[in-house]
Amino acid sequence: MNNLLILPIIIPMFTGILALLAYNSRTAQRWLSVLGSSALLSVAVWLLVEVGRNGILVLQVGGWQAPFGITLVADLFSSIMVVLTGIIGLAVAVYSLAIIDPDHEKFGYHQLYQFLLMGVSGAFLTGDLFNLYVWFEVMLMASFVLLALGGGRGQMEGAIKYVTLNLMASAVFLAALGLLYGMTGTLNMADLAYKFSKGLSAEQSGLITTLSMLFLIAFGIKAAVFPLFFWLPASYHTPPVPVSALFAGLLTKVGVYALIRVFTLIFTQDVGFTHTLILFIAGLTMVTGVLGAVAQGEFRRVLSFHIISQIGYMVMGLGLFTPLALAGSVFYIAHHIIVKTNLFLISGVVKHLHGTLELKKLGGLYQLMPHLGVLFLIPALSLAGIPPLSGFFAKLSLIQAGLEKGDFFIVAVSLAVSLLTVFSMMKLWNETFWKPLPQNEELSAKPLSKKQWISMLAPIVVLAAITIMIGLGVSPAFSLALQAGEQLMNPSAYIQAVMEITP
Amino acid sequence: MEIVLAFVIGGLYAAGIYMMLRRSLVKLLIGLALLSHAANLLIFTAARLTRAGFPIIGMDQQALELPYADPLPQALILTAIVISFGVTAFALALSYRTYKSIHTDDLDKMKTTDEADDSKETSA
Repeated sequence: MNNLLILPIIIPMFTGILALLAYNSRTAQRWLSVLGSSALLSVAVWLLVEVGRNGILVLQVGGWQAPFGITLVADLFSSIMVVLTGIIGLAVAVYSLAIIDPDHEKFGYHQLYQFLLMGVSGAFLTGDLFNLYVWFEVMLMASFVLLALGGGRGQMEGAIKYVTLNLMASAVFLAALGLLYGMTGTLNMADLAYKFSKGLSAEQSGLITTLSMLFLIAFGIKAAVFPLFFWLPASYHTPPVPVSALFAGLLTKVGVYALIRVFTLIFTQDVGFTHTLILFIAGLTMVTGVLGAVAQGEFRRVLSFHIISQIGYMVMGLGLFTPLALAGSVFYIAHHIIVKTNLFLISGVVKHLHGTLELKKLGGLYQLMPHLGVLFLIPALSLAGIPPLSGFFAKLSLIQAGLEKGDFFIVAVSLAVSLLTVFSMMKLWNETFWKPLPQNEELSAKPLSKKQWISMLAPIVVLAAITIMIGLGVSPAFSLALQAGEQLMNPSAYIQAVMEITP
Repeated sequence: MEIVLAFVIGGLYAAGIYMMLRRSLVKLLIGLALLSHAANLLIFTAARLTRAGFPIIGMDQQALELPYADPLPQALILTAIVISFGVTAFALALSYRTYKSIHTDDLDKMKTTDEADDSKETSA
């Protein structure tokens, strides 16, 4: 049964390879992309069910025992993330069929897409820090090419910034890994946690806290937290819409995942310092993100800044560091991935109808497509946290955790940021759907076949339905998140599963 | 030996960061390459330099004889070198394409998409 763990990695890999072999047939590549993503989603759901039933699953790759070989581990948090990868992978793959142009497909869009999914699933499932670095690079390499593919001026500029800052993050991560290895002689996460849990001298624990700051910077750049987020709004609005939807949904969340993983499992020596710092970063990330969003005048740039602001909420749960808060983070990540991807997908429909995403030139869409307006409102209001949609419960649990811990300041900040989010979402709604079409502007939609409309709108409808379902059926979803949060707070089960020793 | 390498690594980091702060795209890439070299050497040094035997258990031995050189950091560095080779090759190609489509390698001129009112955006 443990071999199940490798499937979310090799399914996209083989799909990508098969699609490479089918290089000459566009139709075959498209089918493979959708089939591979569906297979990934079904395996991910199976994995989640299995982990929910039997606890943490571990696979020692090649039969090498824990600290020596590469370990794949799926606890609840990882398997929830893999399921989300599957959902977004499938939704965007279907959406791409309608809107991605043949030139992109010719230069390997579908193949890169699958390799990106492989890197993301690998990063979620690995139990080894160096292996995490490798998966990061797999993911980054695919994302670099997707971002730059077919580029005009804007895309190239975005890609340069994205590539530079992400490579810098990788260099920092690598340096941190080297130092950590020199200090401890291992890079297996469970082994590190086990070694640290046996007690450290004051000097050692000080050094490790210092080292944890390097990890905070490396993962912070990838997650786009407060002073390190500049690459994100500079690049996410430049590539074709399906690519930015995929990036917006998954990539920064891999950084958040890595932050939560190392700061719950390994670096818990000096919670008073590290996690308070993280809490500060969370507050500043929320505020700068939302203020940036309010100032923007382009649909996807507004959404990009909202990603940053939302990252703040996820990191806030880590900063509070209680089971409820971490459950809130997990829930928030799940909610955010679905909602944010959906908003980007809708921006693609708007762009198709108008040919631009400058808010000044948009308008009158509600008259044209009222159902699209409603479909936009569901994720937009969910993002802002209006009950009974998923975002409300995500924020509620974080705020409850903050109140229980007595951190009233961060609670106040997060509530104020929520208000600004509502404002900014309403601005998008007004400018795009409600206000009349500006003079001199006309709708310049290229005609789409009925099939293309379906493959464009179906993912949007399904993701909106998931948002509503999470909101209405909140108690099973939240109890799952709460279990994941409790698992994160008690790493002994994780260590025991990997190392087969009782810490 | 550690002292010498420490200075080399520090120098590489300093040079890398200095190059990244320049305005030219090519110098930015050289800076990135230097950073990854510095990180590789850092792994090498931090994992202790031992002038000692191979990490191979002989025919008539049951365990490794101390002292031996740790092979793992070298495996890590090898992986990192391969990755940074690929990434650098990609970055070079990207910068060439950028130069072709923008006709400048001045990073200060690459901010058209950041300006609030931009209608020249050319993505698909």
